[in-house]
Amino acid sequence: MKPLLSVKNVTVRFGGLTAVDDVSFDVRPGELLGLIGPNGAGKTTMMRAIVGVVRPTLGSVFLEELALNALPIDARIRAGLALSQQLVKPFREISVQDNVAFAAASRKTRTPATALLHVDARLERQSALDALTQVGIATYADQSPKTQPLGILKRLEMARALALKPKLLLLDEPLAGLNSGEAYALAQTIAEVNRQGMTIILIEHNLSEVMRICQRLVVLDNGRKIADTLPKDAMSDPAVQMAYLGGDKHAAD
Amino acid sequence: MEYEISLVTAAGISVLFALSLNLITGFCGQISLGHAAFFGIGAYCSAMLCKAGMPFLLTLPFAMLLAGGVGVVVGLASLRVRADFLAITTMGVGFLFVGVVRQQDVLGGEMGISGIPDTGFSKLAFMTLTLVLCVAAALFSQYIRRSWMGQVFNAIAEDEDTTRVLGIDVPRFKLAAFAMGTALAGLAGALYANNLKFISPDSFGFIESMTVLSMVVIGGIGSVLGVTAAAVVLSLLPSMFTFIGDYKLLVYGGLLFLMMRFSPDGVTGAVNRLMAKGKR
Repeated sequence: MKPLLSVKNVTVRFGGLTAVDDVSFDVRPGELLGLIGPNGAGKTTMMRAIVGVVRPTLGSVFLEELALNALPIDARIRAGLALSQQLVKPFREISVQDNVAFAAASRKTRTPATALLHVDARLERQSALDALTQVGIATYADQSPKTQPLGILKRLEMARALALKPKLLLLDEPLAGLNSGEAYALAQTIAEVNRQGMTIILIEHNLSEVMRICQRLVVLDNGRKIADTLPKDAMSDPAVQMAYLGGDKHAAD
Repeated sequence: MEYEISLVTAAGISVLFALSLNLITGFCGQISLGHAAFFGIGAYCSAMLCKAGMPFLLTLPFAMLLAGGVGVVVGLASLRVRADFLAITTMGVGFLFVGVVRQQDVLGGEMGISGIPDTGFSKLAFMTLTLVLCVAAALFSQYIRRSWMGQVFNAIAEDEDTTRVLGIDVPRFKLAAFAMGTALAGLAGALYANNLKFISPDSFGFIESMTVLSMVVIGGIGSVLGVTAAAVVLSLLPSMFTFIGDYKLLVYGGLLFLMMRFSPDGVTGAVNRLMAKGKR
């Protein structure tokens, strides 16, 4: 099967620091891929290179056949990527539903001219409600994001990304800051969204949830890819053990 | 009656000018400190064309096109940078405009352009035309608010980075706001020139840019009704009370300061809060 996303020999350097070092991996259609690694491993930089916040020093990223390297962020999103950010940033002056409807209107807001010619928002508000239902917060639709707890905002952020109807959804630490009950529930939701056909890259520190829901793991350490494996094999991999626990490969014994 | 008509006409032109900046600063959140330059471009364009024999009404679209065209060029150069840089760049454009016009003999230099030919409109008809254009600009502004373009402008004003991550071509939308706002300022400038029959570089300097910004801020950034009301009051005050005219800058500056300190969303915000309190 052709990969949906191909990361080919991507290197990102900031001055003298190599944050991502010659990393390659593919994401297959329909997959829930975990991108993990200890702090400073280069996960977020990798994600940023895919979305376009940083440009790779070397290497390239393809979405299907489309080379993403030269495209700015917004063009990559329109080409089929969606990013759910680690720090949730809802628009505070509009309701939860309107936040999602804004993302759902991406066809109408493609250019200033199309945006100026469209007023009707009924379709978008309906898609917004569908996306909110999908992540389980439809009952909050009319409320203001100003008063919502982090658990709801994390789901709002995901609903907004889903409303873009992307080919590939990138989730940047969606479970960070949640308690274990909330994290378990949101991980369930992520697995469910994936079962419905959405291809997902999940960056996450919460290893137990990652092990539970991901079908494959790419492990980074010090900017290098050290493993590309099934979750059940990851922790018995000596390189992964060393990255997480330090010391030699027997340290875990 | 004549006096009242001229006051209403002048107020109408101020409203049009303030609504034009409201599209850029109010709707899209981009601060411009040199908006009077575009007002001036429209004024000079219309004045020159009228003197060359073109009928007044026909000069209006040219004034809009030229002001909007220069606006797009300035926008292309500065809208990719952050909002505070834009404020500085537009301020520079404002000074540049006055500096350049002063040196051009074709444009009358320091003396400006006088003896702009009669429009063929009576005072009353000219006032009516101005008011009709004001209403049209206000309705157009309200329409933008309701359209998806208004939603995008709100989003950009609140959080540019998040708006980009949602797939919006942010620089292009900012440029659209700038093009519309500067073109409308050009129209207001054309009316101004033909109303007074005399223009000089001093009428389009930094003070005018700050005056129109005060109108937008005091009215309530983004609120069409609030900005209209503020433009009417602030343009009439100096003519109705001469002592305010003498201290115009002090009054505007003071109001601007008080607004920023006590009600950053302008009179509109203050009224909304009072209404909400009253309901409780």
